[in-house]
Amino acid sequence: MIDNIRIIPYPNPMSIEKVADQRTIYSVSEITRNIKTLVQEQYPDIWVRGEISNYRRASSGHIYFTLKDEKAVIRAVLFRGHQQGVRFELEDGMNVIVHGGVDVFDKRGEYQIIIDFLEPEGIGALQLAFEQLKEKLSKEGLFDDAHKKTIPSFPDTVGVITSPTGAALRDIMNVMGRRYRGVHIIIYPVLVQGEGAAEEIAAAIRKANMRDETDVLIVGRGGGSIEDLWPFNEEKVARAIYESRIPVISAVGHEIDFTISDYAADLRAPTPSAAAELVVKNRQELLRWLRDLFLRLGNSTQRVLAQKKQLASYHTSDVLFRMMQTILNEKNFALDDVTKTMLNSMESVQNGKKARFERIAGQLDALSPLKTLARGYALVRKLPEDVPLFSIENVDIGDETKTRLRDGELLSTVHRKEKTTRTEIKDNGSDTFI
Amino acid sequence: MAQTLSFEDSIKRLEEIVKELENGDIEIEKALTLFEEGMRLAKLCAQKLAHVERRIEILKKGEKDEDVLELFQGLDEE
Repeated sequence: MIDNIRIIPYPNPMSIEKVADQRTIYSVSEITRNIKTLVQEQYPDIWVRGEISNYRRASSGHIYFTLKDEKAVIRAVLFRGHQQGVRFELEDGMNVIVHGGVDVFDKRGEYQIIIDFLEPEGIGALQLAFEQLKEKLSKEGLFDDAHKKTIPSFPDTVGVITSPTGAALRDIMNVMGRRYRGVHIIIYPVLVQGEGAAEEIAAAIRKANMRDETDVLIVGRGGGSIEDLWPFNEEKVARAIYESRIPVISAVGHEIDFTISDYAADLRAPTPSAAAELVVKNRQELLRWLRDLFLRLGNSTQRVLAQKKQLASYHTSDVLFRMMQTILNEKNFALDDVTKTMLNSMESVQNGKKARFERIAGQLDALSPLKTLARGYALVRKLPEDVPLFSIENVDIGDETKTRLRDGELLSTVHRKEKTTRTEIKDNGSDTFI
Repeated sequence: MAQTLSFEDSIKRLEEIVKELENGDIEIEKALTLFEEGMRLAKLCAQKLAHVERRIEILKKGEKDEDVLELFQGLDEE
């Protein structure tokens, strides 16, 4: 038995000294540095797949976690400077593919992977970022219908937040020019893609609100890749839109492109052109509408007067006088100035339109109470005050008056005053006013 | 007051007036006042409508980094 035991000779002190002379003894720092160099040289550029656990964001802004699979773990760090490219939120349990180099952390004797790029496994990184932000903002209520403002039907001034050289602006201006030239446009120029674009867009929305010179804002850009459209998927833009007091129409890319801005905006337009159409759409119908209101205004007033006329009295005649005054005054602008202006303004437009305006103007003239009531009536004003004269009590013999007829004015001097009785007024109805 | 109304507000108010007048049951004085106001609003709307000058401006930085609105020339050659 004893023969089988291999006796390892204990080295005598002499030989230890001898061996020691040939040994390389590292300090901890040295061996760590060597391992570090080895690891760095061997794994400067690797991809690793794993599941995130022990996720922690330090107050420095760096993110630490471990990547794990069934059998192993490796520490990982994502320094703040490398986080810009990672647009989605990391969390425990998420499967990711990371890129970076392995390094050794001397002070702890630990190795870790220094990540410079990270993407979710399976779903695209941008898609994930989009879904995460959408869910977050939705929970916060940024997309709630209750918060949506009404888009004005007839804005006088439209603000456009986009690139001054982009396709979106050209499209918007084309549509507006074609439909209705009278819209005032203010462009707030911004970058619409790349670094800093989101900040510029958000700042422009705030500035437009501060300046408060527009009725509605169109925020958008033309089509592009998902990366190009990305600024419109950023939280700061969504929040600026949400906080805007001026209603915002989001018009980003093509019909199929949905962005966070679309959800946060008061209205999503499928394209910039469509946004312009939404804003000026009703301008074309406007003339029809205005004419309709005009006619109804005249008709209804006439009807009210017709009803009351049966109760003709001194009071009524007084009112009619006042009405004539109103109408004669109004007639000046309503049918002369305005109709003429409208006609003139259309002269440069197609003849068809002009004809339509003339027709409208004709109808207005025929239907309004102006024509009916102005016929045979006159408005007398006392000079030099040039005030309407309602009663002979208000004028003295020798006073000058100005009488307005349909086609001109007469200057007269009062020679005599005769008071009519109430009966006469009634009998003569509406025909006997001087 | 009507002068400061926007087109949007003017036409909305005009609509209210017309509806009130069409309702019929109304004092004559009131009817005339409304008519007068309606005409004024219609005038305002028609004037705005007739206003054909299209102004396109762009917000730029002035010499002292202040915001300045300038006439936009950019797309004229298109």
